[in-house]
Amino acid sequence: MSGRGAPGPRCGLLLALLLALGALPRVRGVEEQSGGASQGFQVVSFKWHHVKDPYIIALWILVASLAKIGISSLALAAWSGAHSVPHWAFWDTGVNLSTKVSSVCLLRTPLLGAKDAGRFLPVIYWTDQDIAQAPPSAASTCAQAPQSAPSHAFVCIQVGTRGRGRVALPESENAKTATRQLQTPVSKTAAVGFVPKTPPVADLGQAYRKALGNNAFLVCEASGATGPVEAEAPAAVPRAILLNGVSVTGPPASCSSHALCAIGSPSFHLSHKVTSVVPESALLIVLGLVLGGIVWAADHIASFTLTPTVFFFYLLPPIVLDAGYFMPNRLFFGNLGTILLYAVVGTVWNAATTGLSLYGVFLSGLMGDLKVGLLDFLLFGSLIAAVDPVAVLAVFEEVHVNEVLFIIVFGESLLNDAVTVVLYNVFESFVTLGGDKVTGVDCVKGIVSFFVVSLGGTLVGVVFAFLLSLVTRFTKHVRIIEPGFVFVISYLSYLTSEMLSLSAILAITFCGICCQKYVKANISEQSATTVRYTMKMLASGAETIIFMFLGISAVNPRIWKWNTAFVLLTLVFISVYRAIGVVLQTWVLNRYRMVQLEIIDQVVMSYGGLRGAVAFALVVLLDEQKVKERNLFVSTTIIVVFFTVVFQGLTIKPLVQWLKVKRSQHREPKLNEKLHGRAFDHILSAIEDISGQIGHNYLRDKWSNFDRKFLSKILMRRSAQKSRDRILNVFHELNLKDAISYVAEGERRGSLAFIRSPSTDNMVNVDFSTPRPSTVEASVSYLLRENVSAVCLDMQSLEQRRRSIRDTEDMATHHTLQQYLYKPRQEYKHLYSRHELTPNEDEKQDKEIFHRTMRKRLESFKSAKLGINQNKKAAKLYKRERAQKRRNSSIPNGKLPMESPVHNFTIKEKDLELSDPEEAPDYGAEMGGGIEFLANVTQDTTATDSPSGIDNPVFSPDEDLSALSRVPPWLSPGETVVPSQRARVQIPCSPGNFHRLAPFRLSSKSVDSFLQADAPEEQPRTTLPESTHM
Amino acid sequence: MGSLGSHAARIPDADSIRRETGFSQASLLRLYHRFRALDRNKKGYLSRMDLQQIGALAVNPLGERIIDSFFPDGNLRLDFPGFVRVLAHFRPIDDEDPGIRDPKEPEPLNSRMNKLRFAFQLYDLDRDGKISRHEMLQVLRLMVGVQVTEEQLESIADRTVQEADEDGDGAVSFLEFTKSLEKMDIEQKMSIRILK
Repeated sequence: MSGRGAPGPRCGLLLALLLALGALPRVRGVEEQSGGASQGFQVVSFKWHHVKDPYIIALWILVASLAKIGISSLALAAWSGAHSVPHWAFWDTGVNLSTKVSSVCLLRTPLLGAKDAGRFLPVIYWTDQDIAQAPPSAASTCAQAPQSAPSHAFVCIQVGTRGRGRVALPESENAKTATRQLQTPVSKTAAVGFVPKTPPVADLGQAYRKALGNNAFLVCEASGATGPVEAEAPAAVPRAILLNGVSVTGPPASCSSHALCAIGSPSFHLSHKVTSVVPESALLIVLGLVLGGIVWAADHIASFTLTPTVFFFYLLPPIVLDAGYFMPNRLFFGNLGTILLYAVVGTVWNAATTGLSLYGVFLSGLMGDLKVGLLDFLLFGSLIAAVDPVAVLAVFEEVHVNEVLFIIVFGESLLNDAVTVVLYNVFESFVTLGGDKVTGVDCVKGIVSFFVVSLGGTLVGVVFAFLLSLVTRFTKHVRIIEPGFVFVISYLSYLTSEMLSLSAILAITFCGICCQKYVKANISEQSATTVRYTMKMLASGAETIIFMFLGISAVNPRIWKWNTAFVLLTLVFISVYRAIGVVLQTWVLNRYRMVQLEIIDQVVMSYGGLRGAVAFALVVLLDEQKVKERNLFVSTTIIVVFFTVVFQGLTIKPLVQWLKVKRSQHREPKLNEKLHGRAFDHILSAIEDISGQIGHNYLRDKWSNFDRKFLSKILMRRSAQKSRDRILNVFHELNLKDAISYVAEGERRGSLAFIRSPSTDNMVNVDFSTPRPSTVEASVSYLLRENVSAVCLDMQSLEQRRRSIRDTEDMATHHTLQQYLYKPRQEYKHLYSRHELTPNEDEKQDKEIFHRTMRKRLESFKSAKLGINQNKKAAKLYKRERAQKRRNSSIPNGKLPMESPVHNFTIKEKDLELSDPEEAPDYGAEMGGGIEFLANVTQDTTATDSPSGIDNPVFSPDEDLSALSRVPPWLSPGETVVPSQRARVQIPCSPGNFHRLAPFRLSSKSVDSFLQADAPEEQPRTTLPESTHM
Repeated sequence: MGSLGSHAARIPDADSIRRETGFSQASLLRLYHRFRALDRNKKGYLSRMDLQQIGALAVNPLGERIIDSFFPDGNLRLDFPGFVRVLAHFRPIDDEDPGIRDPKEPEPLNSRMNKLRFAFQLYDLDRDGKISRHEMLQVLRLMVGVQVTEEQLESIADRTVQEADEDGDGAVSFLEFTKSLEKMDIEQKMSIRILK
């Protein structure tokens, strides 16, 4: 056994698991003995033999993986002390692997491998030479930089042992020179980080941050002596990349996701045109029928059928896990009440009415002579009643109804499993017992068992989710097997609850739902991608197989027994009763829901009650000895499934279109929506307070408090607790998309040469200090974007790029907003982890706002008393703001609408600026805009912004704002434009400018120019048609 | 529930308020109790102080502005009809009575437009019908923590204004405001279920 030699607590864990594994067969023996003796309906039974094989396999995989954790962490402990690998790598500073390192890897991944990384990344090289003194050597050091850093994206210079951030301008100059000497197509000068050789780590982080803003790379070298710099610094430093002496933690960029992606889009998927009309599931069934026909024609034996074992143990779990793991939790729990009602009451209603009505018709003699009793009908009703998650998912994913509708139907289909299982088991055992022997006790047992099955299943799921989260917390050193845990442990939850005859679907659903947050935070970016693709692949594959096998299984004359009345009536009854049930329940629900379910929604819900493979598998499970008319049931079920999936699946899309059901729209997030949405939340909670109502978020508040205080602390890596953010995920994805499209562009052109083309002169800035906290990606994509604008001639791709750039930018700003906007009451408490926030952030926030409010009140009180008029106050306020602005900003504000010529300004001009920092403020206007409007601006701004203007009581902020307003120069060249105004304000007479470090100034310039370069790209979007841009 | 009628009778002008705001009898009664409870020294109206006493409002970034919106035109007193009128903006829109409404009648207070107008007024301090960049910046400053630097705030404000600004005047008019939010489900987002 692998863990044999390793002592320590981990081995104890291992040993325990092994013991458990060894004990299981014995348990199984016990169970088999008792199994024969059991009579009647049992609330809980223990069915080891059902799940034996997959269980053992899964368990062994788990044990082996756990062993690997133990071993690797032991080995790592031994290894990491001494080693120092002279090799490029990214060092996980222990804080936030996903944002820092993997964002870099992120770009590497889709690109052409590590070799090309340097072309895209702002490769930051650091040398411990003081370049001021030794430019040549710096250059040569740069030249010796790893080969993966060839042409672009340069150069970050470190200044040897000078200590805190005193990177003076000359040095930067030299850095630049060095760069230029190094590379023929000179391209990149960028922000500068500094790292003292043996840094007092905490200082390092802070100083660094001060120097470069929130937003830069920290590059430092851990020479062997320094060892891994421990984790406090990175708390202040958003990203650190440690070069040159490195403990490598994560696996370097993995291409697995791509491979998986390729596998994950199976060739089953038929052409788009067909599937846009016909749902894929229906096509697959037909395909299956054809295949089945061929097989049957060949040897007249139905050799491939969908057996319940295969279905329940191998095909269903991936689909349900996928559903649970990617469940939109907020939506799900927000509608949980509705979902539960439909799932429980609705399913019982369907089962009872269908069964009873069929029995009634049977009694009337319409069906002819059948060997069935009431219980058989109820059994049939119970298995045909449940809406099938697989079918619903398959059809609804293509229909794109709005989220609420989708989550209700889909959630119902998932959660009704407990009801189905119970009803099925109850009636099956009743049928086995025989109708006359069923006692009241059995019925009570049945009801009890519903709670046991559903709650038990949920509990099993939650417990395993807890385990899973806990395990992934410790997989830092074995990233490779992380994804495995997700699958194995959730599968074990399924098998365990199956073994205990609890609701397996509930178990794995809740396992997915509960663990997703913690697992996603814990595992590395690559693992997350792997999990995502693998899960989708498995689910999609399983779904495909299910539908095909449904078709194939139907081609088997032995199971067919036709009874027209029975089949037709079943179809009628399930549709009609479903509709009635939905209408009744919705009527009740609408009294309590704010978002009303309208008639159209109800129609779709009734119509979307698809039956699928679960019903089929259940009916096949029936024992012909006990249920005499099994074959009739089987064939009817097949007909029902085919009818619902094929006919309803086919018609639901036109129906949805015809009824004009609100569709879900995928739209770009807009800054306005984000900001105002947050404002609305604040408004609502204020109104709730004023009107004295208790908000409906009470439970969620409680839960999120609990989660924040305890669960997240236990289940998440410390690093993840701080930095994981939902927005960040979106952000990553967007950037990934960016990068991919970038590469696609390169491939389209046959090479990536366009990135290196001379016109990349304007790629001056790696944008290290734009006000975008913790977004490596942002800077990277800016880098990507800039050179493109000059090169790309293809309108379409340009447009495409622009869109993605806009996305990225918006996301960056969104991110800032998301991160720093005060949370409305009902929200800030349930956010489990935020970048750089202390656990008691809400208190801090409260205090902040409270102070602000009080100060304001005090002021207004004073002013009221002193009789200062409003205007004056406003003016004063404004003045203060401006003063602060002056103090705070050394950058002429970004986002200035400038003309495109900006792209063409050359390095020479930059040199000019660099050499004379005092001129920096004017630089923006000078560079970007035409002189002609600059002149206007100066006039205007002196008029409005003169000191006297501010103190003038008549002065209203509004007027001034009109001066502030930005109009693209090409639209109205005479209009005022801010840059020069602000530039004037910021003429560096204010001492505030000087406490900044030189690198900051340097970088601020790059930022600025970048922002200018950026402006024309976004301006035409709203104001001008595309063509003007080119 | 038998005493309901007598309670309702105590509310002055209950009927006309109901007609204007669309609140149900029960909600109105509940709000009346709330109004009375907020009115500390039983003066029959609310002053700013009364609202400022609500603890949660002091930690709400927009709390002060929302209080302002209860006291339009520099009023110092808030009577019950005024109180209810503001709250009526947040009544969920009921779908029973669309279309039948007399076009001459004013739009109900809880219409989408009025909800938006309420929000808009929170931004538009000087009441010139436009959210200027400066006003946007002020709101942002209220809503954003101190961790964000002034430059960041400014660039966000710029962006936000730019995004919505269609006619290029550097400010967001009400029309542009509604346009920028046209995809958003305001009816749902700006409603409180309990205020039916």
